[in-house]
Amino acid sequence: MSKMIATRDAYGEALVELGAENGNVVVLDADLSGSTKTSGFAKNFPERFFNMGIAEANMIGTAAGLAAAGKVPFASTFAIFAVGRAWEQVRQSVAYPKANVKIVATHSGVTVGEDGGSHQSVEDIAIMRAVPNMTVIVPADGVETKLAIRAAAAYNGPVYVRLGRNKVPTLFDEQHDFAIGKGYQLRDGSDLTYVTTGLMTAQAVAAAELLAAQGVSARVVHIATIKPLDEELIIAAARETGAIVTAEEHSIVGGLGGAVSELLCERCPVPVKRVGVQDRFGTSGKAEELVKYFGLTAENLVEAAKEVLAKK
Amino acid sequence: MKDKIAVLQEKARKLRVDIIKTLHRSKSGHTGGSLSVIDMLTVLYYHKMRHDPANPKLPERDRLILSKGHAAPAQYVALADCGYFPKEDLQMLRQLGSHLQGHPDSKGTPGIEVCTGSLGQGLSMAVGMALALALDKSSSRVYAVLGDGELQEGQIWEAAMSAAHYRLDNLCILVDANGLQIDGEVARVMNVEPIADKFRAFGSNVLEIDGHDLGAIMSALDEAETCKGRPTVVVARTVKGKGVSFFENKASYHGVTPSDEELPKALQCLGDTCD
Repeated sequence: MSKMIATRDAYGEALVELGAENGNVVVLDADLSGSTKTSGFAKNFPERFFNMGIAEANMIGTAAGLAAAGKVPFASTFAIFAVGRAWEQVRQSVAYPKANVKIVATHSGVTVGEDGGSHQSVEDIAIMRAVPNMTVIVPADGVETKLAIRAAAAYNGPVYVRLGRNKVPTLFDEQHDFAIGKGYQLRDGSDLTYVTTGLMTAQAVAAAELLAAQGVSARVVHIATIKPLDEELIIAAARETGAIVTAEEHSIVGGLGGAVSELLCERCPVPVKRVGVQDRFGTSGKAEELVKYFGLTAENLVEAAKEVLAKK
Repeated sequence: MKDKIAVLQEKARKLRVDIIKTLHRSKSGHTGGSLSVIDMLTVLYYHKMRHDPANPKLPERDRLILSKGHAAPAQYVALADCGYFPKEDLQMLRQLGSHLQGHPDSKGTPGIEVCTGSLGQGLSMAVGMALALALDKSSSRVYAVLGDGELQEGQIWEAAMSAAHYRLDNLCILVDANGLQIDGEVARVMNVEPIADKFRAFGSNVLEIDGHDLGAIMSALDEAETCKGRPTVVVARTVKGKGVSFFENKASYHGVTPSDEELPKALQCLGDTCD
């Protein structure tokens, strides 16, 4: 088994590294620094860390002001609050002026677990993707998270990075050539393609193994940057394999599945099946129970593949 | 001092004329709140603030954030008069292709620091700027201009709390308290008084002045600069539509521009003519 690390932990490490390298990096949190892992930066660089209290709207606006004065702010809280509570601040104060603000949200999706539906953001990719000027990144593992955080810091403009609470398997090694806007083919295949993001990419790799044992050849394409989308990689996969299964720990409405469907409808129509949360809210439970409950396992992906293959 | 005030008074009068002419031409925009805030903007741009129209990004500049972004015409006429962009640009206010958007847009207009217009957001950005300037040990100051109706937005109080928490004495908040908002009197729509007590309770140094008394504005801004360890809030009591008698204290002129018939009368009130 590969090393297990939560993407939020990788974020915390990346911030401490960045803080040492770049004196303009500042970090804001809304009373969740222990959970979002910005606490490491706070400990190392207390003068550049701003706890804004439980006031997310002001945190995002303050980050925009820091950016306007030349800083590189990272603002963190849970995804539901960063995107939900502060959405119009993200739109008006960050995206509209193209402010150099990095919104790094943790505890996204249903794997938040026991806290339940109030805390499980299943809409944030859709919401952030709809905002002009916004870049949306959903890393698959700890290695990619660190690279994504570095890429976000190097990029001049608004970035939303969606991270998770729980430990996930490591898919990439340090040589991973992460770049904003680039997708990655992790496995070749000819019968269908899994186009996946975040922690679902590991499930797709497992599903492809299961399918191989049944004589089905599945390609796996990991989409870390949902916006801007690596359109050519996805169109090539649709053209060459003729069927697509998308998967995300997010609603099937408006997220990766939505983005891929919009693209393929216009440029390369093939059968598509979207795996994700079926337009409903989350609920309390253990993370491993919830991925089963919401149909986000490798076995679910195998079923989805068979469904889409029947339509080819 | 007296001479200085007289010079500023004449400047404010001319800027009011520019506001009226600009809004008459655009046939769209916010007249009342532009006229109530222009005296404060006049003191800031022509007396108090360190800034350079030839170098809008001068690192040592003081920053002004018009959080009540609908008063953009007031800021635009001042910026144009200072030389940030040609005065002819005012003729394109709110027109397709113009950098002079309906509400301030930092992407296109020299001298505009951030995007405002959605009420309640400018103060948070001012807090962020003040934090950054403090980190850099800069002597630059940040001025945030708010409306009184805007104080109904909860984010203002989140921002006020954080400004005091971080002891931002490089931040000065000016409240253009004209007492009116779109639907009528602020006190009737959703009372925000006592404004001064509220900001005091949130940890700010508070001054209350007549927002059309240029000498009082100058003194308040000087006093704000000497206050250490906390932000200063200047609650400026103003008259919506100030300077044009038939616009004054009328909520109905919030988002209405002078008609062809009103233009000569409005200019007459301001001691000017149509030419």
